[in-house]
Amino acid sequence: MKITIPDFALVLLIGPTGAGKSQFARRHFRETEVIASDHCRALVADDEADQSATEDAFAVLEAIAGRRLKRRRFTVIDATSVRREDRARLVALARRHHALPVPLVLDIDPQICAARNEARPDRAFGAHVPHNHAKALRRDLRNLGKEGFRHIHVLRTPQEVDAVEITRVPLWTDQRHDHGPFDMIGDVHGCFDELTALLDALGYQRDPYAPGESLMGARHPDGRRAFFVGDLTDRGPRNVDCLRLVMGMCAQGQARCVIGNHDFKLSKWLRGRKVKLDHGLDGTVAELEACSPEFRAKVADFIDGLLSHAWLADGALVVAHAGLKEEMHGRGSAALRSFAMFGETTGETDEAGLPVRLDWVRDYRGDTEIVYGHIPVAQAQWRNNTLCIDTGCVFGGALTALRWPERAMVSVPAAREYAPPLRPLRSPGPDGADGVVLPEAAPDDAGLLFFDDFARKQRIQTRLGASVTIPEENALAALEILSRFGIDPRWLIHLPPTMAAPPTAHDGSYLEHPDQALAYYARQGGGPVIVEEKHMGSRALIVVARDAGAAARRFGVTDGRAGVVHTRTGRAFFADTALEAQVVARIAAAVVTAGLWDELATDWLLLDAEIMPWSGKAQDLLARQYRPTATAAQVSAQALLEAIAAADDPDELQELRARAQSRKANAEAMQRTLAGYCWEADTIDAWRIAPFHLLAVEGRVLTAQPHHWHMQTLAGLCAQDPILRETGWQVIDPASASEREAVVAWWERHTAQGGEGLVIKPDAFIVQDGARLVQPAMKVRGRDYLRLVYGPDYDMPDNLVRLRQRALNRKNSLAEREFRLGLEGLERFVARRSLREVHACALGVLALESEPVDPRL
Amino acid sequence: MQVELTLQAPPGSDYSARDLGHLLHKHPDRVHVRDAGTGCLTVFFAQKSDAETRAILHLDVDPVALVRGREGRRGGPGEGLFGQYVNDRPYAANSLLSVALGRGIGQALAGRSKERQALAERALPFELRVTPLAVHGDAALITRLFAPLGYGVEAIPLGETGLRAVFDLKLTITARLCDILGHLSVLIPVLDDAKHYWVDDTEIDKLVARAGDWLERHPARELITRRALKHRRDLVADALARLDLSALDEDAVAPPAEEGAMEGAREAGAAGRGASIRLHDQRLDAVAAIIAESGARSVLDLGCGEGRLIRRLAAQAGISRILGIDPSRRALEAAAARLRLDEADERMRERVRLQAGSLTYGDRRWRGFDAATLVEVIEHIDPARLPALEAGLFGDARPGIVVVTTPDRAYNAAFAGMDPGALRHDDHRFEWDRAEFAAWAGRVADRFGYGFEIRPLGPVDPVHGAPSQLALFTREVGA
Repeated sequence: MKITIPDFALVLLIGPTGAGKSQFARRHFRETEVIASDHCRALVADDEADQSATEDAFAVLEAIAGRRLKRRRFTVIDATSVRREDRARLVALARRHHALPVPLVLDIDPQICAARNEARPDRAFGAHVPHNHAKALRRDLRNLGKEGFRHIHVLRTPQEVDAVEITRVPLWTDQRHDHGPFDMIGDVHGCFDELTALLDALGYQRDPYAPGESLMGARHPDGRRAFFVGDLTDRGPRNVDCLRLVMGMCAQGQARCVIGNHDFKLSKWLRGRKVKLDHGLDGTVAELEACSPEFRAKVADFIDGLLSHAWLADGALVVAHAGLKEEMHGRGSAALRSFAMFGETTGETDEAGLPVRLDWVRDYRGDTEIVYGHIPVAQAQWRNNTLCIDTGCVFGGALTALRWPERAMVSVPAAREYAPPLRPLRSPGPDGADGVVLPEAAPDDAGLLFFDDFARKQRIQTRLGASVTIPEENALAALEILSRFGIDPRWLIHLPPTMAAPPTAHDGSYLEHPDQALAYYARQGGGPVIVEEKHMGSRALIVVARDAGAAARRFGVTDGRAGVVHTRTGRAFFADTALEAQVVARIAAAVVTAGLWDELATDWLLLDAEIMPWSGKAQDLLARQYRPTATAAQVSAQALLEAIAAADDPDELQELRARAQSRKANAEAMQRTLAGYCWEADTIDAWRIAPFHLLAVEGRVLTAQPHHWHMQTLAGLCAQDPILRETGWQVIDPASASEREAVVAWWERHTAQGGEGLVIKPDAFIVQDGARLVQPAMKVRGRDYLRLVYGPDYDMPDNLVRLRQRALNRKNSLAEREFRLGLEGLERFVARRSLREVHACALGVLALESEPVDPRL
Repeated sequence: MQVELTLQAPPGSDYSARDLGHLLHKHPDRVHVRDAGTGCLTVFFAQKSDAETRAILHLDVDPVALVRGREGRRGGPGEGLFGQYVNDRPYAANSLLSVALGRGIGQALAGRSKERQALAERALPFELRVTPLAVHGDAALITRLFAPLGYGVEAIPLGETGLRAVFDLKLTITARLCDILGHLSVLIPVLDDAKHYWVDDTEIDKLVARAGDWLERHPARELITRRALKHRRDLVADALARLDLSALDEDAVAPPAEEGAMEGAREAGAAGRGASIRLHDQRLDAVAAIIAESGARSVLDLGCGEGRLIRRLAAQAGISRILGIDPSRRALEAAAARLRLDEADERMRERVRLQAGSLTYGDRRWRGFDAATLVEVIEHIDPARLPALEAGLFGDARPGIVVVTTPDRAYNAAFAGMDPGALRHDDHRFEWDRAEFAAWAGRVADRFGYGFEIRPLGPVDPVHGAPSQLALFTREVGA
């Protein structure tokens, strides 16, 4: 006997004690799939046969089964389950998780059972027990169907039991093997003209129209398929034609379709059930009544064959008429079917007499993209990875299609309003809040993120290898910083990673030197490296859009700004918003004259830059820390030298004087270095902005471009405006001794003139070494610059020898994790993932920054 | 950093200025080098005559040890500034110098001299120079501290002055050497206002020992005590009690601005701390009364701070659930302590919960409350981020009523000494007048389906109105 069971189900092995259930389970199921009541009794009472432990044992059994079902694992219950009330609890459990309950009944002669039990020392409960079990079971067997089971399998003899073969098949809704590509089409509602226009626009070749009842086809030359989200008929002018076309396309494998509430009601009418002919069904019925009974039967069969939803493309996509909660994907239950057709309502109605809907999208947190229709919206917009593409064609809106996986939208406006809208089509706010009971979707709910989504330990899967873990403590610290000082999170699509420090120089009077960094990259064998001048200013991320309208469209921020400048911790870079707007406008103008909007096919871009002077941003640090230190160091050494000059000059004082002299020189070097980084910046023209990464544009994170492309492209930008400062660079082969020497010479020259240092990176933006990344960048800071980090006297020999003991691993591991996380955030943003998923990465980088790492590295 | 100590012996004196060597227990012809804990103290004499002898006490602090600790272990003795290599600790006179003086010339500090005890007990004409000297403040502060003790003061600023400045300080006085050294060892760290070690109650003993006989008469005694004890309020009160300074202005122990995070520090500064506390109590009482009147059974207190409102709400019998939210972990810990949640019985712990949260994020835990309160909170949020609060609270959580209080800018004129245009607290991002507050409340109410009314909060001044204002929002039926 062959038995077919869905590969996601709650299987109940039913039968008297001794029927051979456990043996059966061992033969057909994996050990971890089977939860046996005896085992659970032993778990809670150390005795499989302790009947007093039954209640606790079943609590454990249901808890385990529930967790497995929640995780969509195939689960088998090995308990007698001969009593109706025992089965009812398991059926309810299955329903809660939208799993099919499947009974497998071992209806074995109780005498055989008793004999088996007698042979086992642990089952000393007498022959009457299997007899009572069998009696109870047989009383209910006939009515098992009424208990909520659909597929019932009964095995009556040991021979039958032995001969069984079990095959597992996917649920109908499990279409994970189907990867598209699809053109998903919103609620058609009998708008045949718009449907054909849309199919034409999408590139389908349609059969010529012929009047009558024959089905019509349409195929796409590239093998794409249409995917209808349901509600094919009602209210519109040409319902039967719509059915003929969609049914024809589906029959030929050119389209797929899920069921909508209107389709469901139509099928009820077609099956002769009494339904109220309202909400446009009357028009469809009138058309169908003029058709042949054969055609009507075809329609009824077609609708009966429609799935509640389709779980597609390895779980990346779900299509359902009214959407679907995450815990329902790829499952099956009556509640699920109802949700997929009608959505979730509170049972109340609003002032227009329409059901008040619960906003399931607001709380949707899944990675799976969900495409649905059902509630007409003025404009299709992604929100938490879901997209409603019902743009109310029949109400005079438009018929919209989404190309998937490309995520491009194609729309055809309605020729006219076929039915009055039930309520005005709402233009959704930038986060697309629709179907909520708010009187009007406020434009400002945009950017509403939920604290409880982030205030916990998180693991963020990144495209560049392993996931990154954010501890809860760090996440909370980052949330506090962002909530007190952060800019609007919709602008905050990226926070930059910290940069690795090079292995410490071990001889000479250096703490850092290009030799070590170049040797590191030569060892990694990641190809040529780029060496760039490092500016001493403040790090800034600059988002620039073509204009405020472009910013509003892409970032959803409607405050009239066309871009922002923010720091590496997500604060506004300029306290003065007018200055910020000026900077953004100047850069946007430079982008225009450099021709970058067109060259990059975008109307926004993200720059990673250093903004100078340092004093412009670090006034407070300078006043409280750097200047007093340099002054005090200088004065202290000077005063000592003067005192020594006034004293007789014993040998001991000579040594003290030599020391004071070098301290004085160090302090003066620090003062000189500081002075080079400070100037008045009271007008915009005094600022210098040095962009060094062109990180992202519409649709692309530009990490496939090598660094020298970034430098060349940005040089073109910098040439347009004197506030933009070009960065010096060269690409070299780290394996070549002469090229390395040239870098060292450059570094010495550059830092002797007060430059901070050089940055060395693999020219290819990302170089992977198995699961690890080759450090994406390493800074080599100059001798005098390091006085601002380690103090003026850091390079005195007895100090240097101790400072060389510095632990780099943590810093460098952090740099790698932050780099992966930062780019992941950008990838998510350009792929139009939800704000929450983008924000998680930016927040993650900030959270990692709160790890205790030597701040001087 | 160094201290230069010059003893003068005018013609006809019965002592020689060279006796300074005896007073310091240092031979004037030698260079004395001593490990002084955090660095190396070198004492030598730059001028040696019977009329004038100058001792140089130079402290050379090891900057690496300061950060890393002497054995190179992680973390040096200090935190904050001391965690940075770039700070003036190794170079400018500060508490490190006080410690070094104690170790290097402890006998002199104690007023003992083996050879010249009579001289040690006599007031003698001294000139002093301390350079560079780190000061949290300005030259006037230096004068304020030294002049009352009889010093002639000349303080030359070095480099830029600002919040922190570096001075070359010259002092003249006729006094006992041990008194001078005692003054320096107390007042140098006070000027610097950042002790390099953890201050505990043994610090009171040191303070009383070194300053017991002059501090109580010093007009800046509160400031000296406060700074010497690193602003630890408990210690300050204790120390002042021991110094018998019970008649103390409460203002002297006011916390620095950052401690009173959610309360108006300038209210405290301008109106006196006692008045500020009374004003805040009035606000909280008024809000608690509104909640009681509303019949709310569950209350969400956003920006609960140290839990002052929650304590009032917890005392109301009708309220069965209170959730306090604050972004600051420190504030929540303080609130838990104030409410004694650790010792409370289970019922209380169930009623009152405290959670970290942010007002610029929505939060699903906020849903389902009858009432929400934001007492003097919104002014701490950037105006550009207020829409996020509105959407999260009024749009998503949708409590039945919302009580919002915020300062009334028009009242600032009533605070004496407050600059026009200044805000009451460093962290205030704005302060609204009545029209601005009403406009905001109207917009919010309109958008999210709430009704609202606005009331003055606090004692009403006939000219300036009330110090705060309150908006009560009520969710409209069916909205």
